[in-house]
Amino acid sequence: MTKNIMIVGVGGQGTLLTSRIIGKAAMAMGYDVKISEVHGMAQRGGSVVTFVRFGETVNEPVVEEGQADVIIAFERLEALRYSHFLKKDGVLVINDCRIDPMTVVIGAKEYPSDIIENLKADHNVCSIDGQKIALELGNSKVLNSVVLGFAASFIGFDKQIWLDTVAMTVPQKTIEINKNAFECGYNTNS
Amino acid sequence: MANKTIMLGNEAIARGAFEAGVKVSSAYPGTPSTEISEYLAKYDEVYTEWAPNEKVAAEVAIGASFSGVRSLACMKHVGLNVASDPLYTFSYTGVNGGSVFVVADDPGLASSQNEQDTRMIGRSSHVPVLEPADSQEAKDFVKFGYQLSEEYDTPVILRTTTKLAHSQSAVELCDRVEVEDKEYHRDLSKYVMMPASAIGRHLAVEAREIRMANDAHSFPVNKMEINDKKIGFITCGIAYQYVKEACPNASVLKFGLVNPLSKKLVEEFVSSVETVYIFEELEPVIEEQVRAWGFDVKGKECFTKQGEYSANMLRRVIFGTDGTVFEKQDTPNRPPILCPGCPHRSVYSVLNKLKIHASGDIGCYTLGAVPPLGVVDTCVCMGASISALHGMEKAKGKEFIKNWVAVIGDSTFLHTGINSLINMVYNKATGTVMILDNRTTGMTGHQEHAATGKTLKGEDTYAIDLAQLCRAVGVKNVIEVNSFDVKRLEAVVKESVNGDTLTVIIAKAPCVLLKGQKFPNVCKVNPDACKKCGACMKIGCPAMTRGEDGKVKIDATMCNGCGLCKNYCKFNAIEIVER
Repeated sequence: MTKNIMIVGVGGQGTLLTSRIIGKAAMAMGYDVKISEVHGMAQRGGSVVTFVRFGETVNEPVVEEGQADVIIAFERLEALRYSHFLKKDGVLVINDCRIDPMTVVIGAKEYPSDIIENLKADHNVCSIDGQKIALELGNSKVLNSVVLGFAASFIGFDKQIWLDTVAMTVPQKTIEINKNAFECGYNTNS
Repeated sequence: MANKTIMLGNEAIARGAFEAGVKVSSAYPGTPSTEISEYLAKYDEVYTEWAPNEKVAAEVAIGASFSGVRSLACMKHVGLNVASDPLYTFSYTGVNGGSVFVVADDPGLASSQNEQDTRMIGRSSHVPVLEPADSQEAKDFVKFGYQLSEEYDTPVILRTTTKLAHSQSAVELCDRVEVEDKEYHRDLSKYVMMPASAIGRHLAVEAREIRMANDAHSFPVNKMEINDKKIGFITCGIAYQYVKEACPNASVLKFGLVNPLSKKLVEEFVSSVETVYIFEELEPVIEEQVRAWGFDVKGKECFTKQGEYSANMLRRVIFGTDGTVFEKQDTPNRPPILCPGCPHRSVYSVLNKLKIHASGDIGCYTLGAVPPLGVVDTCVCMGASISALHGMEKAKGKEFIKNWVAVIGDSTFLHTGINSLINMVYNKATGTVMILDNRTTGMTGHQEHAATGKTLKGEDTYAIDLAQLCRAVGVKNVIEVNSFDVKRLEAVVKESVNGDTLTVIIAKAPCVLLKGQKFPNVCKVNPDACKKCGACMKIGCPAMTRGEDGKVKIDATMCNGCGLCKNYCKFNAIEIVER
């Protein structure tokens, strides 16, 4: 059975790195893996979505509406935007943060209120204030490791596989802090 | 399973070229093709370069092929328009060393100005087109492309699409096989395309295409899977994956060689399967040929020409439902925006203040079209900003363009903007051209170009001086300004649009995303001084938002301390402080 993971957020939040770590961990587990990324114009502060699919044999590289087992949303509005991609029993992991899109900044649109509460009514939702944990660890750039740690148990794999993959993927100098960040996120969810 | 790894489609293409023994590669960056050259540049055995545009890149590959080595040129779909001139005649000359052009289409417009289908150009130029469906095929098809190229004496197009180029899947690595350089022999009938020799070559092209179409049924890149005989799909590229996803039991004829098509395979498939759908993104290229051969199939009456396909799209047509559970929510859009600290924002804030229209071009600065900056009025293709402004002046007179400028990036200017500027000089234009020089090719992810002083391989080289270049073609009035010096920028723009002399203003400041820069400062709002007037918000900086109390807040993690907002605060509520 193919497992479908989506990572959504705002360009610059590190969603691409997160999808690569998940993909590598799934490779380490011996699965066939496909990852779909976003490059070019779509990165510039826009809404970004990347996909990781793994299983015995994976065909298409993207996750479609109604197919996601896990959605990791790095921002509330992006969680809402892609919530219909979730399967009936899929899990929506939300990093509780708000980044106003330009349409809201200039007053053309309103940022929806109570997103997490409303989504909880009919979706499986788990949320974390990843930014707060990252800042407590002393580096806002480890946000994605915190959020990934928090989401990891919904994806599966041994914790050690995750930690090894994080260490393999992040820049050399930041291995320790990223592993810590992963642990913090992981422990928040257990 | 030895040596298996996961690779981006573009990385796999580079690997394929490396393994195929390619010696020379030239390209101009363009999403979604850019990474091919960046990956290929890592192999010492292959000479790789950025050319100023795709036409040049194609001609470099042609010269390398004529001389007797395997060559590569890479571009996005619209880049092939620029390179079409050499391609159509390269089809006539054929090759000496094998030559492959990788052309990346962008169905769904992730980062492009149109959705054209390169397979159509393959057909009209009589160049074979290969289309892979995953990273492994991407690598294998490149290698097969060089075999085809040399065996049939033709350049070969490898067509990819955004999904393939930018998705990762498993690839088995092989060693590079060095190909012996072919000898060069002077041959007027083959390499000099004058009418007398081109007539002969046109006949050779026709014969070549017929021969390849006849042979294609046995090519390993074409694949027939007969399963359920009630329903079948003829498909190619990434669309094949959607078929496998939605209808795993259906029969499939997957074309790896999408031009020329094997009629024999179609005959065999259609006669074995009851209902046949043609499932191809963009234009009905396969469909029109299959219908012309008289086969009864379904195609574009069921599936759109616009955008990327999906398994759900297929499910809706075949099963009437796609199995989604939750409804799509209404959410405010989040379009891409200029980064905090982007020098383009500074230039646009001045143009916006002066109520100036900009004839736009291709690059990050196209984002100046949308609110709140709302400066850019037009965007067509690389270099068009300058020539379109000239056209406006010649159509409606010099008074009409007194509140217009052309805006073009440094890399785009060198791509094809320079031709348009020469035209302005030659034909006595009076307009204002602004080169937004951020020292890189920004939108595609920071590639070097002829004015940066570095090659694709990272070696130092001569950096073309844009101001000198403009003067050399005859522009008398060339002014260089720091993009963040808004006072001076405002003064020179005002003066030049109102004057009657062709002026080039080069607004200079590096892209904030360029590596190695330090941002020691950050902007901060003094809430006691903020009057909530919103003047600073008009520059559309994503680091700035309003708090619950209506006062402006600046996110310190996003702010790069450019200080542009400070210029627009009448109450001195914004200060620049050390981070």
